[in-house]
Amino acid sequence: MSAADYTDYQAARAFASPHAHGGGEVRRTMFLVLTALVPATLFGFWLYGWPAFFLWLMTLISVLLFEFMSLRLMGQKNAGRALGDGSALLTGWLLAMTLPPWSPWWVGVLGAFIAIVIGKQVFGGLGQNVFNPAMVARVALLISFPLQLTAWVTPLPLTPLTAPGFIESLHITLGQTPVPDAITSASLLGYAKTELSRGIELAQALTTSHAPQLSWLGARAGSLGESSALLILAGGIFLLITGVIRGYAPLGVLAGALIPAFIAHSIAPESYLDARSHLLSGALMLGAFFIATDYVTSPTTGAGQLVFGLGVGLMTWIIRTLGGYPEGVAFAILLMNALTPIIDRVIKPRILGRTWSGRPIVSADAGKEA
Amino acid sequence: MSASIKTLVKDGLWSNNVVFAQMIALCPASAVTTSGTNGLGMGLATTAVLVVSNILVALVRHFVSEQVRIPVFVVLIATLVTVVDMLLNAWLHELYKVLGLFIALIVVNCAILGRAEAFASKNGVWASAVDGLAMGLGFTFALTLIGLIREFLGSGTLFAQAPQLLGASFAFLETQVHPHGGALLMILPPGAFAVLGFLLAGKRLIDRRLEAKGRARPNAPVTPNGDFPDSTLPAPSP
Repeated sequence: MSAADYTDYQAARAFASPHAHGGGEVRRTMFLVLTALVPATLFGFWLYGWPAFFLWLMTLISVLLFEFMSLRLMGQKNAGRALGDGSALLTGWLLAMTLPPWSPWWVGVLGAFIAIVIGKQVFGGLGQNVFNPAMVARVALLISFPLQLTAWVTPLPLTPLTAPGFIESLHITLGQTPVPDAITSASLLGYAKTELSRGIELAQALTTSHAPQLSWLGARAGSLGESSALLILAGGIFLLITGVIRGYAPLGVLAGALIPAFIAHSIAPESYLDARSHLLSGALMLGAFFIATDYVTSPTTGAGQLVFGLGVGLMTWIIRTLGGYPEGVAFAILLMNALTPIIDRVIKPRILGRTWSGRPIVSADAGKEA
Repeated sequence: MSASIKTLVKDGLWSNNVVFAQMIALCPASAVTTSGTNGLGMGLATTAVLVVSNILVALVRHFVSEQVRIPVFVVLIATLVTVVDMLLNAWLHELYKVLGLFIALIVVNCAILGRAEAFASKNGVWASAVDGLAMGLGFTFALTLIGLIREFLGSGTLFAQAPQLLGASFAFLETQVHPHGGALLMILPPGAFAVLGFLLAGKRLIDRRLEAKGRARPNAPVTPNGDFPDSTLPAPSP
């Protein structure tokens, strides 16, 4: 090997990416996200009582079972260890948070099957799926069982008198006791959509006692873990601080939904919900911080994530306002998931050592030597 | 190239099944199969067209030059489909109302032109007729299976409206498995793709098992698996 070759080799080494390992692993990231979900989930348990807990437990157990089964079927020797990376657990947890809290057990089990087997493992497992598995399951369930998936209950904190007890809750989760009509309630988005379709103006509709009061705390009818904007925000900030997520996608989602909501409400308040209602109802906060930031199904670059987020937000607002369904976060995320490869193709990072246009950067020194 | 009847039947029903091995004609396989009855009706109509078109193509194969063969085959198939369309409209009007649009679309079913190209234009009348029948029955089997699974999962019935297709004597086929209805998604297009995907995976699994068994006994002939259709490559699907 001549001296010149050696220098070239050294130079090539210098140009290639420095492959230092940051010490992070899938496991650590997943468990940080799970930690961030804990406050909102605990609040959900308190708000909706034991049935919510049973549903959550059921979903998590079945997610792990289906993941284990799929890994074994695909010939993975060490399925138990692969299970420990927490990715399936996170998928199941996110799915449970988006389900109506008093859903019967089979909703959780079926959702887990769709998320893990059809949404994730069929594509090849962790990191290979095109669509967010939790959202695939959520949408598949919503389309398949519209009745069960829109059965919201009014918040019923764990007080001894009104809330169902432990045994009674088991019956609800097992589907033996139907949810009493007296405690079902429409979500604000659903209520607004129904009233608008009946030709009643929003200002009038929302003043009546039917309209649930919105607050940042989140004591409202809704899915298991999405009602408290404050706690989800806290989880999101935790993830931002620990560096698990970057702020581009959440910012994009919130801006994409709230800016059109604000504009439309300013122009025609009688037929468009205000930005605050959009922010505090449905899964917008959860989607912004926990689902739109999914590593696998969102773009890699910051600018790409911003575009992705804006798309999710805008789609959400469009579906909520003009679509047939009252809530559209899950649909919006799936639609943008489909666009992720295109976004990644259009918005690329600058290649190391090259300008944006792709020409190699030649330093002044290098020019002199030549 | 003369293949035995046994090989032809086996190819059509399993090893070279139109849907499960050649993976063509997926449009009717996913669009029509919302119930077992629909799948069966569509499969039988296609089989009728396939048998007659194979016979006709085999009959004219010596008079048609390479250059004009495709238009000739298409005209033959289109004529047959129009006849089937009219017959169904006259005699099985209820089924026709369900399948109506898809019957006309048998013309562009690539399985039919595919068989004309790959088999009937190179083989005798008798072999072509058997091939058409086997392929058609294989197609019917696939469509009925997909339809039954989707119907079971999506609406909780099996062979609903079967008497309208097969006559009142087949009313016993109609079963209500459970009264709760089912997952609506299975009746919608995504359900077709999911069911088809799982069935394809299942077929590959069975083929692999058979192959392993064939290898274990060195004297036994190795079963050709369905990975690649052996001698008869499918025509490119439109």
